[in-house]
Amino acid sequence: MRTEPDDQLWSAIAEPSRRRVLDLLVSGGEATASVLAEQVPFTRQAVSKHLVALEEAGLVSRRKQGRDVLFRVESSRLDQATRAMSDVATRWDRRLASIKGLAEAAHVEAKGRSRR
Amino acid sequence: MADLRIERDVLIEAPVDVVWRTITEPDQITRWFADRVELELKPGGRGHLGFGEPGEHKGTAIVVETVDQPNRFAFRWKRPQDADPEPTNSVLVEFTLNARGPERTHLRVVESGLELVTWPDEEKQSYADDHNGGWAQCFDRLAMLFAR
Repeated sequence: MRTEPDDQLWSAIAEPSRRRVLDLLVSGGEATASVLAEQVPFTRQAVSKHLVALEEAGLVSRRKQGRDVLFRVESSRLDQATRAMSDVATRWDRRLASIKGLAEAAHVEAKGRSRR
Repeated sequence: MADLRIERDVLIEAPVDVVWRTITEPDQITRWFADRVELELKPGGRGHLGFGEPGEHKGTAIVVETVDQPNRFAFRWKRPQDADPEPTNSVLVEFTLNARGPERTHLRVVESGLELVTWPDEEKQSYADDHNGGWAQCFDRLAMLFAR
């Protein structure tokens, strides 16, 4: 597989525990890996790994504050992912609406024919 | 890896066999999906969905996974066109049809494995263009889409 930024983005958010970490950062704002680890049922090492993956996908950025490393969500990147998913959903809504229209028209036509 | 999936459904005022034909017959599929459709309607059957003008060569190879008339139809597809669609490189589309009486059908579609898609540039652009939909900025929306 190609490892373009967008592939990274999808793999980053496809993993549920990574989404959990991302979710915590969205709801709680900036946090260190240790603080995040207190709120999830997996280890600090696992949290750090997830943060690196999220960072590589551009979904999270880090800054140093004293001895702490704080992580935060890059909201524009997250918007991009949200829009992509919403767009896939919207396309299926349109396709299903077309299928509905076609099937219902075919059914009405068939009923008309059988009455004649 | 857990997959990204989207699930949608619709209630149709038509018998299940009519809906089945609409989603499985190539000359019907061209009316709601691709511009050109080749389809071998059997498990393992090959096919091709073409989009745009005939000269544009835009499209995707598909492989049929499930044909269980009139209740289940599933295929794998993938953009762009090079390799055969496989579980590791392609997106699965599953239709489930349930008769809700003689003249009513519940149709559900699930598209899964979306994280495997390499999104073409023009689609990325269309996401940007679609921004007027007022999509929520927070993760809740994303989580909701995954959860459906």
